[in-house]
Amino acid sequence: MSNLLAARTQMALSLGFHIVFAEIGIAMPLMMVLAEWRWRRTGDDTYRQLAQGWAKGTAILFAVGAVSGTVLSFELGLLWPRFMQFAGPIVGLPFSLEGFAFFTEAIFLGVYLYGWTKISPRAHLAAGAIVAVSGAASAIFVIMVNAWMNTPTGLTMSGGQIVRIDPIAGALNPSTLQQALHMLLAAYAATGLAVAGIHAGMLLKKSAAPFHRAALTLALVVGAPAAILQPLSGDLSARTVALWQPIKLAALEGQFDTERGAPLRIGGWPDVAAEHTRYAIEIPRGLSLLAFHDPDAEVRGLQAFDRDVWPPVLPVHFGFQIMVGLGTIMAVVSIWALVTLVRKREITGRALLRALAVVTPFGYIATEAGWTVTEVGRQPWTVQGVLRTADAVTPMPGLVVPMVVFALVYLGLAAIVVVLIRAMVRETA
Amino acid sequence: MMAAFATIGLPEVIAGLIVLALNGYVLTGGADYGGGVWDLLATGPRRDEQQDLIASSIAPVWEANHVWLIVAVVLFFTAFPAAFSAVGIVLHIPLAIMLLGVVLRGSAFVFRSYGSGTRVARRRWGLTFAVASAITPFVLGVAIGTVASGAAANAFGHVGDRSFVDVFVSPWLDWFPIAVGALTLALFAFLAAVYLAIAATADALREDFRRRALLSAIAVFLFAALTLATAWRGAPQIMNGVVESPWALVLQLATGAAAITAIVALWTRRFALARFAAAAQVSLILWGWALAQFPFIVPPTLSIRATAAPDVTLTLLLIGVAVGAAVLIPSLRYLFRLALSQSDHAPP
Ligand code: HDD
Ligand code: HEM
Ligand code: HEM
Repeated sequence: MSNLLAARTQMALSLGFHIVFAEIGIAMPLMMVLAEWRWRRTGDDTYRQLAQGWAKGTAILFAVGAVSGTVLSFELGLLWPRFMQFAGPIVGLPFSLEGFAFFTEAIFLGVYLYGWTKISPRAHLAAGAIVAVSGAASAIFVIMVNAWMNTPTGLTMSGGQIVRIDPIAGALNPSTLQQALHMLLAAYAATGLAVAGIHAGMLLKKSAAPFHRAALTLALVVGAPAAILQPLSGDLSARTVALWQPIKLAALEGQFDTERGAPLRIGGWPDVAAEHTRYAIEIPRGLSLLAFHDPDAEVRGLQAFDRDVWPPVLPVHFGFQIMVGLGTIMAVVSIWALVTLVRKREITGRALLRALAVVTPFGYIATEAGWTVTEVGRQPWTVQGVLRTADAVTPMPGLVVPMVVFALVYLGLAAIVVVLIRAMVRETA
Repeated sequence: MMAAFATIGLPEVIAGLIVLALNGYVLTGGADYGGGVWDLLATGPRRDEQQDLIASSIAPVWEANHVWLIVAVVLFFTAFPAAFSAVGIVLHIPLAIMLLGVVLRGSAFVFRSYGSGTRVARRRWGLTFAVASAITPFVLGVAIGTVASGAAANAFGHVGDRSFVDVFVSPWLDWFPIAVGALTLALFAFLAAVYLAIAATADALREDFRRRALLSAIAVFLFAALTLATAWRGAPQIMNGVVESPWALVLQLATGAAAITAIVALWTRRFALARFAAAAQVSLILWGWALAQFPFIVPPTLSIRATAAPDVTLTLLLIGVAVGAAVLIPSLRYLFRLALSQSDHAPP
């Protein structure tokens, strides 16, 4: 394995691990605050149990998120020192603000977890709300950095050297808004539906459990609207990609030739050697319509670009298909659940419960797939059009060793977390 | 050196803020690591009580305390990207080991606190937590020692033209960095013992930690001497800074006074004073290191000025830190007050 490949793999593993806990850290606090708020309003003790149960789960998951995030902050320098040297002055500002958001989040999580009986009910609820808000804020700040890597603005180059920078323009680049929106919705959708799915599964076993019923409803309140909005936000992201990263768009669609009225492909196998995508269901003019809102718009295919700037087409195309496929299913199940909830005031019917249970992991899988589209689709660039990944990597040899070590540690941690959370859910049953 | 002080500008201010963030980390997060060391070394009839006190003191605050390190890193790569890059390349191995320690310490701690596991399982997490707590600060100290000694900058100049061992291993696998690592560990353990002596409510337990604080004060003294002894050969530039510069004597005297005050206060059981003096001693050592390598970030080649980001970045960063601090300081005080308060608000 080459050094570059080892570094890319380690980065992908670390980020792919962290993002699950980050999404939980964004959405769980909101859910636990909602549960506590219901308890304070109604006096129904089920909601107190729920808030405290969720808080306990959040404490474990948050800690794993915090340590994996710490690893990432250092890894940027350990694996990509030349990227940091290049980009630090521009993207450091959102990173610093993120640091303060983490601080607020960690402080008030401490207040929340250890303050149940020490501070007034209102202060306690407020502490939870601050955790929820600062979690979302830290996501927005870190997304600013990633959006800048996709559509770098705020730097003037001359002869390969940066001559002037504008960190504010960099933070507010053309992808920031779309990516931040899509990421936040992803966090609420993935975590909301995952929690809903777990409790739906418990209800399938034991239908008369008020605890699981309350949990299911609250989780849906957070997850379902986000899952329904997600395809719309995804459309916004896709149009931004079409405008600013035409190669990524071509790769994620498996579009090899440049054509007017390009079709939308569902599934299919991009045959890179033959420069053709086989076996896809093609919806005529669909891509032109979706990407540019004009059925006759010209879509540039991969052939319009040098081979040496093509990203790996297969993972990007499959990643996109998986994300959109799972996203569609999540949206449909969410509509079904919300309609049932509004009509009958509670989730009934084994078919719906079963559908919710099946959807449990979909949001996280879609998230990993979506990040594959974004990050692998940007290759061979770390900063689109400006800095190549091969030029960003550390010169230290033997990167396979840390890659394998960190992979094993993440694997072990993931296994332990699953065991602990399962035991916790069982205990409350 | 005096001339350098005449040019205090934005880059120097930000460098100072980084040391301040590290200072915050050492006094809070450092003590959390020290607590882990005492968990590892818990002995005697009150072994379980010792471990319980450590766990309950760390639990509410360790995540917040840990963010000081992240703030320091983020400020470092934003303001001095070229220096960060050099450190990231040359110190890859010790920093990666430190990260493994961070991961194992943090996760083992919550797994022990929240896991509903058996006693054996909890013991095992406890042991992981304690061992990782000892390794992490040691390796952090080794990394700092490598930078201070000049070996990091030197190795950076030879990336690609010397062997793997010469560039990526020998700079930190040396007596001076190892001495600094041991000193860091001793300082963190010392701080933790002093804090725990205050936190203890039972007299016997308090005496346990008072004894440990005194013992670790001796360890600090020994490792400080070892650090100085190895510095003559291993870090001559630091030695010059420590011995010859005009502020050096003042700083040395202040550090010594703080150390003696801490020991006397512990001896006479004036714990609040001991805590203040111990914190002052540790902070003075940190600032002594920073001033000794001034105006360099990675001595003897990468200076604060030469590696600083453009002024726009530094100005915005300063504004960001000011806003952040305005939110942070009252929040932190609130958390610490809560963590220390024993009284329970009556639940509704
Ligand atoms: C719950 C998870 C989830 C779901 C259901 C979807 N996405 Fe997504 N998507 C993500 C989670 C995600 C993400 C969080 O993983 C990404 C990676 C980077 C980002 O900003 O969001 C992403 C990126 C991403 C990108 C690339 C953006 C870029 O590179 O700048 C596009 C074009 C889409 N998405 C489009 C869609 C569409 C059309 C969906 C229709 C159903 C969809 N996504 C559902
Ligand atoms: C290179 C990318 C990233 C870096 C360097 C990074 C860094 C960090 C760090 C240092 C922490 C620990 C904070 C603490 O101790 O409390 C953390 C936690 C967190 N990160 Fe990331 N992160 C990255 C990617 C992301 C992304 C893409 C998201 C967005 C969804 C995100 C959201 C969060 C959240 C919400 C937390 C709070 C802890 C938790 O809930 O688990 N991070 N991150
Ligand atoms: C947490 C969600 C994220 C995931 C799952 C993710 C995923 C990935 C993957 C798969 C790669 C490897 C791409 C390849 O080499 O083919 C990568 C690379 C990288 N990512 Fe991300 N990413 C995430 C967020 C971020 C954010 C927020 C940042 C910015 C701070 C970032 C910075 C980087 C860098 C610097 C690289 C290495 C250089 C490169 O390959 O372009 N990532 N990421």
